[in-house]
Amino acid sequence: MKRNFWIVLAVGLLALLWTRQAYAQTPVPSDDAVNAVARQLFCPVCENTPLDVCATQACAQWRELIRTKLAQGWTADQIKEYFATQYGARVLSEPPRQGLNWLVYIVPPVLMLVGVYILFRAIQSMRKPVSSESGMNDTDPNGTDVPVSDEYLIKIEEELKKRQ
Amino acid sequence: MLADFGYGVLIVSFLLAIYAIGSAVYGYRTGSAKWVESSRLAMQLTFPMISLSALTLIYMLVTDQYNIGFVYEVTSRSMPVYLKVTALWGGQSGSLVFWGWLMSAFATAVTLRKWDRDREFLPWVVVVCSVTLAFFIGLVIFYENPFAKYWQTMSGDVITAMFAPAAAVPFTPPDGRGLNPLLRHPGMVIHPPMLYLGFVSFVIPFAFAIAALVTGRTDDRWIRITRRWTIVAWCFLSVGLVLGGRWAYDVLGWGGYWGWDPVEIAAFMPWLTGTAFLHSVMIQEKRGMLKYWNMILIILTYALVIFGTFLTRSGVLSSVHAFAQSAIGPAFFIFIGVTFIISAALLIYRWADLKSEAQMTSMLSREALFLLNNLLFISILVVCFWGVIFPLISELVTGQKVTVGPPFYRAATGPLFATLVLLMGIAPLSAWGHSTIKTLGNAIWKPLIVAIIALLAVIFIAGIYAPYAIIGFFVIFTSASITIYEFGRAALARSRAQKENYALALWRLAGRNRRRYGGYLIHLSVVFMALGIIGIEMFQTQTQGTIAQGQSIKIDGYSITYKDLAIFDTADNRNVARAVITIEKDGQFLGEYYPRRDYFYESQQPMTIPAVRSTMLDDVYVILVDWQPILSSGATFKVYHNPLVNWLWAGALLLIFGSLVAAWPDKEIDYVPARTRREKQVVYQPGAAD
Repeated sequence: MKRNFWIVLAVGLLALLWTRQAYAQTPVPSDDAVNAVARQLFCPVCENTPLDVCATQACAQWRELIRTKLAQGWTADQIKEYFATQYGARVLSEPPRQGLNWLVYIVPPVLMLVGVYILFRAIQSMRKPVSSESGMNDTDPNGTDVPVSDEYLIKIEEELKKRQ
Repeated sequence: MLADFGYGVLIVSFLLAIYAIGSAVYGYRTGSAKWVESSRLAMQLTFPMISLSALTLIYMLVTDQYNIGFVYEVTSRSMPVYLKVTALWGGQSGSLVFWGWLMSAFATAVTLRKWDRDREFLPWVVVVCSVTLAFFIGLVIFYENPFAKYWQTMSGDVITAMFAPAAAVPFTPPDGRGLNPLLRHPGMVIHPPMLYLGFVSFVIPFAFAIAALVTGRTDDRWIRITRRWTIVAWCFLSVGLVLGGRWAYDVLGWGGYWGWDPVEIAAFMPWLTGTAFLHSVMIQEKRGMLKYWNMILIILTYALVIFGTFLTRSGVLSSVHAFAQSAIGPAFFIFIGVTFIISAALLIYRWADLKSEAQMTSMLSREALFLLNNLLFISILVVCFWGVIFPLISELVTGQKVTVGPPFYRAATGPLFATLVLLMGIAPLSAWGHSTIKTLGNAIWKPLIVAIIALLAVIFIAGIYAPYAIIGFFVIFTSASITIYEFGRAALARSRAQKENYALALWRLAGRNRRRYGGYLIHLSVVFMALGIIGIEMFQTQTQGTIAQGQSIKIDGYSITYKDLAIFDTADNRNVARAVITIEKDGQFLGEYYPRRDYFYESQQPMTIPAVRSTMLDDVYVILVDWQPILSSGATFKVYHNPLVNWLWAGALLLIFGSLVAAWPDKEIDYVPARTRREKQVVYQPGAAD
């Protein structure tokens, strides 16, 4: 009898734990939880509109779908993958890193490096050694620029005008 | 009848522009001043002609002439008059007329200037302006006619055509569809004209650049002539972009101002090259360097102006296939290609004449730092351009459309923008010609200490520890302190030397070198804007919830309480759902606000108008997302807390002021003595050849 009591108690506790676990999945995910995923997706219908702010009825339904999936325990990545499978890669805020899409990520840094190289070569080709007595410097003794050359030119032009 | 008049005048304007091109080229080739003068007058005549056409269209918009397709599409009887006027740029064909109108105004303005010293430029400035104008007016005449009327055929179909098809009778709908509700906002009323003004004014420096290339006069004269045009163009474009951001913030209901949408980027790209050009021309003026680079930048800017209009007008962003089907898409594409190829060919032809007159003497000189600045602008351009066109390439190659969204742009451009802002502070301290670490260090150390103290205050007082935010704040504090230090130091020196009070010294100092100090003001405005951007990008928080009457949503110390909801119809055909909320902070009542959702019956479109509690510290931005018919069931609100965002708009105001200071006319120093001899050799002296 005593042994049966312990078995019933153990089964009861297990059942309670199981139901608690099941119960823990039941609460409806909040709007914030839904929007946190929705803002990583774009409306499959409208042009360039994030799903969390799209005002169409269809998007409201998709947000409810996200809520359902979250309630079922899906992760954000799984939901994003689901939407991409259903509606195409355009629902993702960035192209998936595969195939031709790699070009999105590779081309700009490559072109920037080319730009840096061109700039470096351009400066190299335009450079010449400068002596410390160089007359090129139009700075004042504090090391800052003053528009001396402009004013100098202005004075020359004014003089030329007067002499005309 | 009125529509026929407007269309007819447009055709005459188109013919005038074509004539101006022909007579300018002929006059240049034959050395005939009369033909060149004739082209100039023809060019000038386009403005009153297109004005007549545009005013005719506006009259038809205001007087509800719904037998005209365009009027039916963009207006309705319930719209106020001012919106009916601005509907001119609310639709495709009207906006093209507006583009042409502004182009003719600017072309006329530039041809009204004194040409005594630059007469050789005139025919080619006329040609470039007229080609651009003829293209846009041609689009209107041949593809997107806003004067086309409705006709009902025998079969009962309603079609649009300029002239009556066989056996068709005129058709007039009782009311129009009305302007897209999203466009009924003061920001949107001003935003397109500002962008168009920016676009059109950049055509002027491009026209002079082409004139310089054709005539071989590749000194910096064309840059000096167009300096103010460029600043004005840049200011218009900047204001247009910021107004677009403000419109998005107020109307689109997503709590942000910039979504890296391709349409936004289309307007941003010419701004990038235009800003690089504004800086780069200074190197040519001061040091006679980078002549070819300035040409490249202005050619790129012009191409991007047309490309931006093409992107937004051709339907290519919806789909490459829509572009192919659109009437104006291929025409735009060909125009961009042809003008770019001709410009590039001219540049290559004159390449040898565009050699630098000086040499780069230091990697820390101002010209070297400006070059780095240019590299950064062009890098951002590359990211933007590639991000916009890649979805089209993907659709063409794989048939699958992809989205290149904000995460890509933020990651790619964030470090570039931060470096630019830092460089914006440092570069003005470097001297033209030659600068060393020592001279730069001497100039920078004081403001740098101030910046570090400010940064430490932010970290320890405001408790901000996020690394990116710290970097961002360091960059803007450094740039701001250097700029303010430059103002203060120069004013102090003048105050001592001239024995003036400090404010007067500052005023006169800025007055004596408006371009320099106007530029500093613009730099300061960029710092303000960067502060706003950091605030919203790094510290924005949001929450959404459904609450019953009397309940509250809490966010960052604020409490938003739902008080009431009213749903009613308005006289202008809207159904309005208007909530009443109160906002409190730490128990202190801050005010009552009214987020609402308008539903426009005519266009069957909703529009979200947020309630915004706004201070320089932050915005509380509340959107009415949804509501239950029975009040007590509750309403759903989305609340954003946007710190510092108003610095963005304040920065824009300062930018306008700085641009005005920089562009304000000085007493121009004419090179009259030096030019006298040359003018005798110029072909286009009135009466010289005829």
